[in-house]
Amino acid sequence: MTKADRLRAVMAAEGDAVRENTQGFNEGRYQSVERLEDYEELKTTARAIKEDAIERLPELIEELRDSIEARGGTVYIADDPEEANEYVKEVVADRGAERVVKSKSMTSEEIEVNEALESAGVDVLETDLGEWVLQVADEAPSHIVAPAIHKSRADIARLFNERFDPDEPLETAEELTAFAREYLGERIRQAEVGMTGANFITADTGTMALVTSEGNARKTVAATDTQIAVSGVEKVVPSVEDLQPFVELIGRSGTGQDITSYISLFTPPVGTPTVDFDDDVTPLSAFDDDRDFHLVLIDNGRMAMRQDDDLRETLYCIRCSACSNSCANFQQVGGHAFGGETYSGGIATGWEAGVEGLDTAAEFNDLCTGCSRCVEACPVGIDIPWINTVVRDRINHSGEADGFDFLVDGLSPDEETGAPPLQKRFFGNFETVAKIGSALAPASNWLAARTVSRRLLERLLGIERRRALPAFQRETFTDWFEARSTTVEDPRRRVVLYPDLYTNHVHVERGKAAVRVLEALDVDVVLASAPSSGRAPLSQGMIATARDHAERVAAALEGPIADGRDVVVVEPSDHALFEREYEQLLDETAHERLASNSFEILEYVFGLLENGAPTDALVQGEGQKIAYHSHCQQRTLGLEAHTVAVLETLGYDVVTSDVECCGMAGSFGYKTDYYDVSMAVGEELRTQLTDTDTRDRTVVASGTSCLDQLDDLLERPTSHPIQLLDPS
Amino acid sequence: MSVTPVESLSAALSRLDVPCERTTPDEFAATVTAHVTDPAVGVPLDGLDVSLSETPVAVDPTPAALEAARTGVTPSSFAIADYGSVVLPSTDSGLELVSLFTDRHVVVVEEADVVPDMDTAFERFGEAFRADAGSAIIATGPSATADMGALVRGAHGPSEVHVLILEDDDD
Repeated sequence: MTKADRLRAVMAAEGDAVRENTQGFNEGRYQSVERLEDYEELKTTARAIKEDAIERLPELIEELRDSIEARGGTVYIADDPEEANEYVKEVVADRGAERVVKSKSMTSEEIEVNEALESAGVDVLETDLGEWVLQVADEAPSHIVAPAIHKSRADIARLFNERFDPDEPLETAEELTAFAREYLGERIRQAEVGMTGANFITADTGTMALVTSEGNARKTVAATDTQIAVSGVEKVVPSVEDLQPFVELIGRSGTGQDITSYISLFTPPVGTPTVDFDDDVTPLSAFDDDRDFHLVLIDNGRMAMRQDDDLRETLYCIRCSACSNSCANFQQVGGHAFGGETYSGGIATGWEAGVEGLDTAAEFNDLCTGCSRCVEACPVGIDIPWINTVVRDRINHSGEADGFDFLVDGLSPDEETGAPPLQKRFFGNFETVAKIGSALAPASNWLAARTVSRRLLERLLGIERRRALPAFQRETFTDWFEARSTTVEDPRRRVVLYPDLYTNHVHVERGKAAVRVLEALDVDVVLASAPSSGRAPLSQGMIATARDHAERVAAALEGPIADGRDVVVVEPSDHALFEREYEQLLDETAHERLASNSFEILEYVFGLLENGAPTDALVQGEGQKIAYHSHCQQRTLGLEAHTVAVLETLGYDVVTSDVECCGMAGSFGYKTDYYDVSMAVGEELRTQLTDTDTRDRTVVASGTSCLDQLDDLLERPTSHPIQLLDPS
Repeated sequence: MSVTPVESLSAALSRLDVPCERTTPDEFAATVTAHVTDPAVGVPLDGLDVSLSETPVAVDPTPAALEAARTGVTPSSFAIADYGSVVLPSTDSGLELVSLFTDRHVVVVEEADVVPDMDTAFERFGEAFRADAGSAIIATGPSATADMGALVRGAHGPSEVHVLILEDDDD
């Protein structure tokens, strides 16, 4: 089965349920964080606590050990799953337990403790209803918080009716829940050992925080006399007070709940009496509360991640699932496709690379397109796209050279040592492709459109033949600019316009419109003589090549900036690169200089208009109805609002899309492997732009990728918003 | 005009669909009686000026009586107004069991023990846990699950929570 076939199969079987649930969670997140007055402040605090805790982890673990051992508990630090499972088996055997009841724990799934205990003859029962459904069905979680998200109510009813053959067939969610509650409740009361995870553990008191809604974690602890908590070492925070921002953020960020039903704060050993539930003589208070407690802290690669400058941030993850729910691709395919051995969603690349290895991460890592929507959703601000890029880079360099590399070598003046796959080198060196494409246009476009050529591109490079290729323009934007001569007398501002690759070779008209709009607003414009931004190689995980581009771009723009020019960028993904990703690629001074002087074109027009530039120099909207799709990375920078504000100021009637991403995402939508996922994501956008309110509206979009995708999705023409304002 | 913590708690509970009633020491027994369904069990209301003696609630039940009970009545350490949460301490009287193994949890909170927000709550937890290694549950609304294809109240824990706010004597 090809990767494309696998993805199609997962989407067909699970796509509807996954989409409905994750989009519901995502919408809930927006609403819930909106209700917090100090959301950004809480995120900053949460991030600082995690940075400090991971920095001081060895000393915090020792403090935690002292806290727990002082009260008779045990702390066992396991280097790997085998050590952890051996220890757990010993504890269970010492207790003489026949059954272990578990509350939900991803870490316990990472070490596969169920299998280890079962092979030792112990009955292991998941008590979280979602986890139990999967245990009965013998399936893996598809989501880190809502593990059975891919199963519908009807699926679960069918499963239970077949497996348990109840007197009356189960049908409603209430009936299924009542059945599970009774079945599991009886077994929890008889169990000797309760196993939990821990969302957080405080070093000062040894208090575990468990974030749940069902009450099964409470019962798992209360009804047994031996508790084993299994947790990654990264869960330790310094003090009880440090839990506060996480308690306020975790439910909101994940499933969109302000708080879950229960935040258990267990400081072991818990003081609740251990009772015999059949006893009808002894009052509760007369039972003693002798409880054994064992904390199993798992390293399994985490201490090495802590030393890894690029993977370290993964350890800040609080497993809230915001990066899954906010991801347009995850919304379509779920964790069975966008996930590894244990973890799923954007941050899973970091976890799987650190815990399992690059091979596991490589299987799903390309589903992250770097759209960056998860970055603002993440309550601890992890740069998840960067982690994905770094891991992709490492995967590229761990492979063998492709046999067909000679074909791309001429096209690929990249800086990569080792052997990124052929397809990645092709897309990563798109600048060369575009230059040749323009030089040979229109012949290059005719040639590229031929069936034979498309078959070849598909076979060699995995470029989907159903996808229209970009049409290279013979006269580039730069050619056009250099052939004209205009002067702006007494300019209001002076700009160096960055001719990004796509504007220069493909979407030339938006570049011309940008120049004319700026000049109409009395701005003096020159074009930067700079190479392509490095977005293309970066998206393929070719970091060395991207860094080389970044350094040359920064050097080329240093002079104009020193000369007092503002850098204006038409392509939002390149502007976002200057602002965000260049931080990883350039030294701090160079990045700061470029980022603080760069503006997205409509952001810049907004600033001009705000500072007194004449609105009547531009084309007025006069109520023209517009549907605007902003760009994912532009939205993450908070710059959608500027375009909307400019259009509204000029009298346009604007509605905006609210999908997280168009699905094209640079090269992603061109790749045979991902074409169907890309179109499924795009379908959401198509639906929004063809409903009764939007179907007659003029469609504008900021990103090249978005425009390419919209051209494939819609029958209407599309353009960049700057073209609406163009006075020529 | 500023909102008092009790008013803010009532509003939050109302958003959660959790019945909430203010009561006085004099009316306390009658209020509790109105909120329980039989059979009802409870734990002693330590630290409060009221007791369950004039109510149908069986205090300090056997485990078998707990299993048979429909309602569990307990005190709380305090409540967190912003979230509509009550804080349930783990005690040797079995408060955790009575609040968890019954289908309706009736919880009593003293008016003076309503704190405004999570910040204040965690300052209390920090001091208390470092002093006496306590445990507590921040409980907000009933037990719930969405794992069976729709939101259901009453998963492993109670499907209903009732909050009784006990006013000070001098009010």
